Amino acid sequence: MRSLRVYAILYLAFLYAPIALLPLFAFNDGTVIAFPLKGFTLEWFHELLTIPALHASVMNSLMIAVSAAIVATLLGICAARAGTRYAFPGKKGILGLVMLPLVLPEIIVAVALLVVLLQLGFSLGAWTVVLGHVLICTPFSIAILNSAFQSLDRSLEEAAIDLGETRWSSFRLVTLPLVMPGIISSLLIAFTISLDEFIIAFFLTGTEPTLPVYLWSQLRFPQKLPVIMALGTLLVLASILLLTVAEYFRRRGAARTGQSETGAFL
Amino acid sequence: MKDTLGLTKPIITLENVEKYYGDYHALRGISAEIGQGEFFSLLGPSGCGKTTLLRTIAGFEALSSGRLTIDGRDMRGVPANRRPTNMVFQSYAIFPHLSVAENVGFGLRRSGLGKEEKARKVGEALEMVGLGGYGGRAAHALSGGQRQRVALARALILKPKVLLLDEPLSALDKKLREQMQMELRRLQRQVGITFLLVTHDQEEALIMSDRIAVMFDGQIAQLDSPQVLYRRPVSRRVGEFIGVMNFLPASARVADADRIEVEAAGLGHAVIGPEQVPGGFHAGQAASVGIRPETMSILFPGETTGQRVATGIVEDLAYYGDMTYYDVRLDGVEKPMTISMKNLVGRPVLERGAEARVAWDERSLVLFA
Amino acid sequence: MSETSAAQAPAQSDRAAPPRPGLAEAAQGYLLVAPPFLYALLLLAAPLAAIALFSFWTQDYLTLDTTFTLKNYRDAFSEPLYGQLLLRSLLISGAVTAATVLTAFPIAYYVSFHVPPARKAMWIFMITIPFWTSYLIRVFLWKVILGYNGVFNTTLQTLGVIDEPLTFILYNANAVVITLAHAYAPFAILPIYVALEKIDRSLLEAGRDLGENHLTTFWRVTLPLAMPGVVAAVLIVFIPTVGDYVTPRLVGGPNGLMIANMIQTQFLKLNNAPMGAALAVLTMAMVTAVALIFLFLNRKFLRGRQ
Repeated sequence: MRSLRVYAILYLAFLYAPIALLPLFAFNDGTVIAFPLKGFTLEWFHELLTIPALHASVMNSLMIAVSAAIVATLLGICAARAGTRYAFPGKKGILGLVMLPLVLPEIIVAVALLVVLLQLGFSLGAWTVVLGHVLICTPFSIAILNSAFQSLDRSLEEAAIDLGETRWSSFRLVTLPLVMPGIISSLLIAFTISLDEFIIAFFLTGTEPTLPVYLWSQLRFPQKLPVIMALGTLLVLASILLLTVAEYFRRRGAARTGQSETGAFL
Repeated sequence: MKDTLGLTKPIITLENVEKYYGDYHALRGISAEIGQGEFFSLLGPSGCGKTTLLRTIAGFEALSSGRLTIDGRDMRGVPANRRPTNMVFQSYAIFPHLSVAENVGFGLRRSGLGKEEKARKVGEALEMVGLGGYGGRAAHALSGGQRQRVALARALILKPKVLLLDEPLSALDKKLREQMQMELRRLQRQVGITFLLVTHDQEEALIMSDRIAVMFDGQIAQLDSPQVLYRRPVSRRVGEFIGVMNFLPASARVADADRIEVEAAGLGHAVIGPEQVPGGFHAGQAASVGIRPETMSILFPGETTGQRVATGIVEDLAYYGDMTYYDVRLDGVEKPMTISMKNLVGRPVLERGAEARVAWDERSLVLFA
Repeated sequence: MSETSAAQAPAQSDRAAPPRPGLAEAAQGYLLVAPPFLYALLLLAAPLAAIALFSFWTQDYLTLDTTFTLKNYRDAFSEPLYGQLLLRSLLISGAVTAATVLTAFPIAYYVSFHVPPARKAMWIFMITIPFWTSYLIRVFLWKVILGYNGVFNTTLQTLGVIDEPLTFILYNANAVVITLAHAYAPFAILPIYVALEKIDRSLLEAGRDLGENHLTTFWRVTLPLAMPGVVAAVLIVFIPTVGDYVTPRLVGGPNGLMIANMIQTQFLKLNNAPMGAALAVLTMAMVTAVALIFLFLNRKFLRGRQ
C-alpha cells in the first residue's frame, strides 16, 4: 500500500529528525541553536578537547561501562545457560527476579539502591554506579545470550564428550566459540547502555560524575549549547558504530549456526 | 552373522538393566548380549526406550539398576568420554565452527599423535566414507548426506569397540536413505566394528542388521535375526510391526507332541508344527493366526495347484509396478486380507469385484495366543 | 535365541512422558543461576524491601526515626500536590502510551508485511538506532526544537505558516508527551513487530480464500493475533514512562513535572527519604494496578472475540 510506505518514511524522518540536528548545529558557526545556519566551523569540536572536566567524566564513564559490561555479561552467561539447559523448581521465579529491572522505572531502582548503600554506610563512587548499571544491563545480556544458547544444538556438547572431552573442555572448545558472537554482542550492548545511563548514575555517583551526569550539569548554560551539540554528534557516532559492530557479530553468529533471521536480537 | 554366542565373547552384555526417570519406568529389565562385529539394531516405535537404551550404553544416562559391560568391563562409574564407544547423533552434531578435517580429527586431540600423523588418519577416514578431499571445507556448508558421512568418519577414526547410531538416516530423503543403508552395511563389513543402530523403520532394520531387538514399552519383545523375526514373530504386536501381516481369528487344539490342529476363519482347517507357535500357547486360549501377504497367491482362471485353496472377492487393489497388492475378502471373514503378487509377464491383473481363489500353505501360518 | 516379554505391560502411550529433573540436574542448575540470582536478591529485592520499609518511617533532617507510622502515606493522600502529581504522571504516561503504540503499529505492520524478508533486518536496525544514542541528548534536542526560538518555530515562521512563535509546545505536558513518544517508539515497535512476524501467513490467505477482504482479514485475524505484541508494547512503554525523570525536568516546565521529580526532590533536596520512599511505593502500586486492570480487560476482550 502506497500510503503505508509514505507513513513509514515520515515516521523514520520523525525518529531521526532530532538526531539529524546534531551535526547541523555542531558545525554551525553560531551560538544560538536556531535556523538559519550561519556557516561552517570546527571551533566547537576544538573546544571539546580543552575541557578537563569533560575528559575526566569520559574516562570515568568508560571505566564504569567496561566494568559493568563484563560483570553483566558474566552474570548473563550464568543465567542464560541455567535457563536454557537445566530444569529446577522455582526457575521461573528466579529468572523473573533477575529480569525485573526491565519493567521497573529506573528511578525506583536508583532510589532503592541509594537508600540501602547509604544506610550501610558506604560512600558513593564509581563502584556504586557499576553496581546499579550491572542490575539493569544483566537482563539485556540474558536476552541476547538466551537466543545464542537456545540456537545451539544440545548434541554438540554431548558429541564432544563422546569424543573424549570433559564437560569443561567441551564447553571451551565447542560451546564458547559458538556463543562468542552473542557474548560480544552482550558486551557491546551493555557497554552502550551503561555509557548512556543517567538516572542511576545521577543518584549513585560520588564526586566524579559520569559523562551523562556531567552533560546534565552543563545543560543549563546557553553558551555551552553548541559544544554540547558537538559532543552529542560524537556520542551518536560512537553509539552507531558500537551498535553496527554488535549487529555484525550477531549476524555472524547466526550465519555460523545456519539460521535465517528477520529481525534484531530483541 | 553369529547364531550361537557361546563361542565368541559378546562385546556388550546387558543384565536386567532398569532405568527410571522419576516415576517413569523407561527401561524394564533389559537383558541381551551383542556380539563382536555384529550389525545390531534396536527397533521399535517412538517412546519404546530404544534411544534411552542407546544413551545408557553410550554413558549419557546412568542405569537405575542392573549391569552393563562393554568388552568385558563393567561400565558402572565410567563416564561417557572414557567408554570404548562412539556415537553418531541423530542431528549429526557436526561442529559448525570447524572445518571438515577439524571435525573428523576432533577426537584425536588427546591422542598424543603428531600433526602429520593426525592429518594422515583424517585423510584415511574421509576416504573411507567417500569424502576424500573434503577436509578443507567448512562444516556448516555441507548437505545432510555429507554431514552424516563426516559424523561417521569422526566416530570411526577413533576405532571404538562399538559404534552407536541414533536414527542416522531419518533426516535423509528416500533415495539417499536407501543408498546410505547399503553404504552403512558395506562400511560395517569393511571396518569389522560392532554397529549398534537405533531405528523406528523396520525395513531399514531388516536390510542392514545381523540381529534385531524389537522393543515395546521399555522391554525387548523379541531378539532374533531378520529372517526369524519376519517368519516367526513371537507375538501379534511384533508380527504387525515387522512388515505386513494378516490376522485371522482361529481356534487351536494340541493334537500331540508335534502337531497342533488349527481352525482359521476364512481358510479352514490346518495342521501346524510347534515351531509355528513361537510365542507359546496354552489350550483353551483364544487364538489368531498370522499369514504374510507374499505367502498366498491368487490363482488366475484355469490355474491349478496342489495347495489348499480359499475363496473370496477382490475388494481393492494397488499397482506398484513390480507388485500388485490385492485386498481380498475371504468368505466368512469381515476384514480383507492383503495378498501380494508379482506382476509376471502373462499374469493377468484381477479387477475389483472379481472372484478370487486364494492358494495358501499351512507352513506359512503363525499361531498367536 | 529369542526372548519373549515376561509380563504384560499395562497399556501405555507410545510417547514418553517428559523426564522429571533429577537431583543432580537441579543442583547444577541452582549452582549456575546462583551468581545472578544472589546479585538480584541483594541489590534489587533487598533494596526494594528497604524502600517499602522506609516508607513507614520518618526522617527529621539527617536523623531517622524508625517507629512505624503511616504519616507519609497520610501526607501523600492529604496534600493535594502529591495526588496531582501522581494523577498527572498517569495521564501523561497514558497519553504517551496511546500515542506511541498507535503510531507504532502501522510501521510494525509495514515492515512485517510489506518489506521483503531480506531487508527486514535492515529496517529494524534503522528503527532501533535512535534508541541507542544518548537519551539525555535526545530530550535536550526536543527542547531545542520546540523552544520559543527553536527550530520548529523558526522554520514555520520562515515558511510563513505562523507569525508568532507557538508557546504551547514547550515547558508543559505536551512537550513531555511528544518527547517521550519519540524516545519510546522503538520499545513499542519491536514487540508488535515480533508478534506480527509470528502470524502464520497461510492463515491470512485462508481467510481471503474464504471470502474476506483485506480490511476484514486485518480486523478479524491479524489484529487479534497481534494482540499479545500490542499488550507487551503497552506495558513496556507505560511502566517506565510513569517514572521518567529527565524529560519532565528538561521540557516539562512547572506544569509538566511528574512524580519522579518529586521523589528526587524528597530524597536529595528535602532530605526526606521516607516520604520519597512512600511516593515510590505508591507509584509502583498504581502502576501495578493499572497494568493488572489493563491485562484483565484485555483478557476479557480477547475471550469475547474467540
